Amino acid sequence: MNETYLPSAGPVVADSGAYAALAVGAQAEKMSVRNLDFFYGDNRALKAVNVPLYDRKVTAFIGPSGCGKSTLLRVLNRMYDLYPGQRAEGEVLLDGENVLDPKLDLNALRARVGMVFQKPTPFPMTIYENIAFGVRLYEKLSKSDMDERVEKALRGAAIWDEVKDKLNASGLSLSGGQQQRLCIARTVAIQPEVILFDEPCSALDPISTAKIEELIDELRVEYTIAIVTHNMQQAVRVSQHTAFMYLGEMVEFGETDQIFTAPRQPRTQDYITGRFG
Amino acid sequence: MTQAVLSDHIAAAHGDARARALKGFKLGDVAFHVLTKSSAIAVLLLLGGVIVSLVHGSAPALGEFGFGFLTSQAWNPVTEKFGAGPAIYGTLVISFLALLIAAPMGFGIAVFLTELCPHVLRRPIGVAIELLAGIPSIIYGIWGMFVLAPVLQTTLQPWLINGFADIPVLNDLFAGPPYGIGIFTASIILAIMILPLIASISRDVFETVPPVLKEAAYGIGCTKWEVMRSIVAPYTGVGLVGGVMLALGRALGETMAVTFVIGNAHKIHASILGPGTTISATIANEFTEADGAMYTSSLIALGLVLFVITFFVLAASRLLLARIKRQEGR
Repeated sequence: MNETYLPSAGPVVADSGAYAALAVGAQAEKMSVRNLDFFYGDNRALKAVNVPLYDRKVTAFIGPSGCGKSTLLRVLNRMYDLYPGQRAEGEVLLDGENVLDPKLDLNALRARVGMVFQKPTPFPMTIYENIAFGVRLYEKLSKSDMDERVEKALRGAAIWDEVKDKLNASGLSLSGGQQQRLCIARTVAIQPEVILFDEPCSALDPISTAKIEELIDELRVEYTIAIVTHNMQQAVRVSQHTAFMYLGEMVEFGETDQIFTAPRQPRTQDYITGRFG
Repeated sequence: MTQAVLSDHIAAAHGDARARALKGFKLGDVAFHVLTKSSAIAVLLLLGGVIVSLVHGSAPALGEFGFGFLTSQAWNPVTEKFGAGPAIYGTLVISFLALLIAAPMGFGIAVFLTELCPHVLRRPIGVAIELLAGIPSIIYGIWGMFVLAPVLQTTLQPWLINGFADIPVLNDLFAGPPYGIGIFTASIILAIMILPLIASISRDVFETVPPVLKEAAYGIGCTKWEVMRSIVAPYTGVGLVGGVMLALGRALGETMAVTFVIGNAHKIHASILGPGTTISATIANEFTEADGAMYTSSLIALGLVLFVITFFVLAASRLLLARIKRQEGR
């Protein structure tokens, strides 16, 4: 790994909003999880979890399998709502609005909080349509505007050069790493505010992984990002904040440097040094 | 390393017992291979046998009437003039109408069961559909004859006849008198019979869609309808067509229930309310009374025609499937 993937001192600043945020050194909370409990039936998978997602920062969630990282992520865009018997109690605020409110418009929420899954999930349609489909849900664009939008999204996901000559090929014909970047492009194309990554690299080879990590580092200029990962080096490389979870509890949350160099909790220390997990 | 050297090597290393055991494995493997292969070949032989006996049995009738057999409306055991026209027409028309009714309903049921239905209702409705499929065809026949046909005769059919009386084309399609039994009633019975098949196959097919793919679609803010239309339907298109074709295969050959309510008239009516017949209904009705050689041969020829139609339906479904696969670029 070369230095490009190490967390840089500060993000490359792209727009005035980011400038303003940096100028005051503010760390606005884009999303705040407060006292969150989550149940699969009777099984309590999250126990009074508190964690912030800072605006335009990458927050990594680490911890052993089954500790509730993915569950937490699935609460943030209410994906658990698809399944009966799963319920959340507590508060999850997105810009101050409670996401867990049953009256909330789920489609609107998911347009604001996008998600990239562990396995690539291209839709059964062409590469072009994979991007355009999502955009069309929210906006009526002319053909040329749509072309532009698709190109921008594919460029944004660093896959344009690889697919520009075969936009009408099936999304399923791409390699795993390309499919994953296509899915990221799809998520980016509908211009969400938060992007959730659920182990986005676990099915990918090291080169594809490096590309995705690079991409995440670029995306944080515009988006608030949460990433679940089993790879602690990856957490160090891409995130500014890290949350360590264990058995459904939030053990420690802090700046990534601090978590990995000077953890306050002995359990965090044990996990990052590989003594259990 | 060659076989002999390898077994020598094994014998040298582990003694003869292991070499014998390995030989035993090999014998078992060969026996297994022969057994499975002969089962597979038996299927081919059976198929061939059926075709040969159908062709042989129908040869006299086809020799006598030629290709006119397929279109002729004659069916006279006394003068020994036979034609398959009305039977072929009836078979195709009621199968088509039955699919027209059952396919949308079946898809609807499957969508409801997989995507929309509250979990507590999912099993009871699923089981009810399976039970519907388990009802013997003769029971549908009795029910159609004694319950459905009289009801249609007094309600839906007069309404259709009067309602479309002034509209050209449609007034021919729904011309009276309301018999109760006929092509239309048979189509409804047939639709009810193939509905469970279409619903359960579609449901199974819908369930093959990876949950994470649906989550991804919901994740960009799709509604249930958009997920069904743009993700589940294209993903499962091939399977759905397969389910419909299977149902068509069953509809074409369905005998007992249809025989009860079709009216058994060797005539082609423009009206779908009129009585008609199907290939299998004709065979089932008349096999026992077929005394002349030509009569028997004509019935067997009908069987051959049904066989060929079914074959073409399957072939067409394959072609369709291949085209859909290409469209999706898989």
